[in-house]
Amino acid sequence: MTTEFWNGNMAAAQAVKRARVQLIAAYPITPQTHTVEYLSQFVNDGELDARMVKVESEHSALSACAGAAAVGARSFTASCSQGIQLMSEVMYFTSGMRFPVVMAIANRTLSVPVNIWPDHQDTLVNRDSCWLQIYAVSVQEVYDLMLMAYPIAEDPEVNLPLLISYDGFILSHASEPVVTITQEEADQFIQPPGQTDRAILDPENPLQFGEVLFPEWYPDYEYKKHRALADSLTVIDRTFRKFKEQFGREYHVVETEGTGDAEVVIIGIGSMMQTARYAASEMRKRGEKVGVANLRTFRPFPEEELVKAVGHAKTVLVLDRDIGYGTSGMVYQDVTRTFYHQEQRPELLNFIIGLGGKDITPKTIERCLELGKPGFTGQSVFWPDARGPKEGIPYSEGLTA
Amino acid sequence: MAMKLKDVSREEHLSLGNLACAGCPEMLGFRHTLKVLGKNTIVINATGCLAVVMQMGVPKVPHFHVLFENAPAVISGIDDALKAMGKREDMNLLVVAGDGGTADIGLSSLSGAIERNQDFIYLCYDNESYMNTGGQRSGTTSFGARTSTTPIGSVTKGEDRPPELKKDMVEIVAAHHIPYAASASIGYPLDLMEKVQKAAAVRGPSYIHCHSPCPTGWGIDTRDIVKVAKLAVTTGCIVLYEMVDGVRKVTKKVSKRKPIGEYLKYQSRFKHVIGDEEAIAEIQRGVDENFEAMMAKMSA
Repeated sequence: MTTEFWNGNMAAAQAVKRARVQLIAAYPITPQTHTVEYLSQFVNDGELDARMVKVESEHSALSACAGAAAVGARSFTASCSQGIQLMSEVMYFTSGMRFPVVMAIANRTLSVPVNIWPDHQDTLVNRDSCWLQIYAVSVQEVYDLMLMAYPIAEDPEVNLPLLISYDGFILSHASEPVVTITQEEADQFIQPPGQTDRAILDPENPLQFGEVLFPEWYPDYEYKKHRALADSLTVIDRTFRKFKEQFGREYHVVETEGTGDAEVVIIGIGSMMQTARYAASEMRKRGEKVGVANLRTFRPFPEEELVKAVGHAKTVLVLDRDIGYGTSGMVYQDVTRTFYHQEQRPELLNFIIGLGGKDITPKTIERCLELGKPGFTGQSVFWPDARGPKEGIPYSEGLTA
Repeated sequence: MAMKLKDVSREEHLSLGNLACAGCPEMLGFRHTLKVLGKNTIVINATGCLAVVMQMGVPKVPHFHVLFENAPAVISGIDDALKAMGKREDMNLLVVAGDGGTADIGLSSLSGAIERNQDFIYLCYDNESYMNTGGQRSGTTSFGARTSTTPIGSVTKGEDRPPELKKDMVEIVAAHHIPYAASASIGYPLDLMEKVQKAAAVRGPSYIHCHSPCPTGWGIDTRDIVKVAKLAVTTGCIVLYEMVDGVRKVTKKVSKRKPIGEYLKYQSRFKHVIGDEEAIAEIQRGVDENFEAMMAKMSA
């Protein structure tokens, strides 16, 4: 066990190497690009026995990964932003085919206006593509979650594609110490590639793939997909526990800090949750009972675990680094649905922050807590980063740093 | 060595019966293609007529209907994954797609797969429009043809882009320095099968553009389908040739071309020009120019 100083893209690439991926589709897009560059180097140095397909678009990147999965191989690609939008059609195709492809996403906002900085718009607009979506808060987590990606996705109970999300630049480009594992340890944890009981394209046993399904049976197929995604929580939990047993680092689908006696709980995904933890601990020093619940998995959505985490808190502040235009943040929508039928329903407020890489500082979180203090007074969605009428900050107030 | 009828395998790789329109020659071409490639083949099918009729006209080889535009990318993944797993061997990887899936929406995907030197055979069935969705014009629709998006109006009648702008797929892939490319027609099955055989022998990409008249979309009596396919060649609308390592050679010589009217008169998509000498002359001019330009490229 050694410690390396890696950025998020390197951590992802190193984990892919450990997973003995057989096919990698490479197409550049900032801030993901280094991931496939590092992998190209591993392959050209003979460190990783994989084929690189240098495709001409993201649409083809995921299509090539799907092709590899169709013959039973382990495949990987990385993307973000416009890239995911272009491959969106193939994302639905991949999950519909039940191909356990894994993708690394260095989250970045969508154009226009042109902006290369992070928010979660790119992955969240594809929330309904039936991919597992797991979010990292640190570079160590990028590495660990990527190591767990294939055991989860390829589990016969799951057989669905999976993406590991980490905020562009904040995690993709910033280096942190990462505790690594050896190939031998990885081989004990991750099953060998290319060995599957899934149906594959094989002339010895000819099957037809991707065929029509009439309305009579269509809902049954969709229900199975839906259930496989929802029930993957069990497999994720099992994999997290196995990981802890072997490597000591602990993961949960909802990770809490100070929620036990909290009156206010902050919920969200991604690197901003580390900032939220810091801000909450500072508030605690001032006697305010603030807790933080980090959603490790957005799909599947861990409803029961979330309800447990919130406990008896009076107020829940949902931080969204994304916007469902015309309504609210997208994480907020699932959180409100989760609590609607609970006997003890906290006040649920939504804060749209950090769009297009707008810095999220402890002050941003404190501002959210301050705005949320009166509870619901007719307004549920706040835009503390933006100037404007209604949900925004009055022009006269200016912006908080 | 020209292929002879007695060389054709009697083995069938398609089950009997299918959902295609009566008289559809695409199934004929697919059947002949599979006879040459044999059972050690994986078929990747872009969305189009064939993908739809394959739902019940079950092939006896692995068959994967993918998306409209990504078949060459999917087969790239298969090609490389099989190589990575040490299973590539002498398996044939075949893409089948229509003209819309090839010349229009799938062009960048095809271009990428050829440029990467992936090992696969690409077979395009060209019925000159999006027939599966009800006959909309495509990048290969012939000048003057009526389609559902180039209807006969009081101002404009049929496809009106200049005839020389129709996409020439064989020449487009030729510009990629592809080792083997050919045009073919369902009207000349032995010529098609011979080309499939040559394409299969190539290590790397190969491309066959197979002209396939559509009884439903073109308005042809089913009994005249093969006749119309042959007329496309004997009038010079289609030139049957192959290109091996950049050298182009005509495989079906036409010494005296028939007038284009002979070809048009069997097709209701050209009904509006029948009897209109001026309109026919304009189509003829386009065919002549295209034919001469093609011949100028031939080495033999």
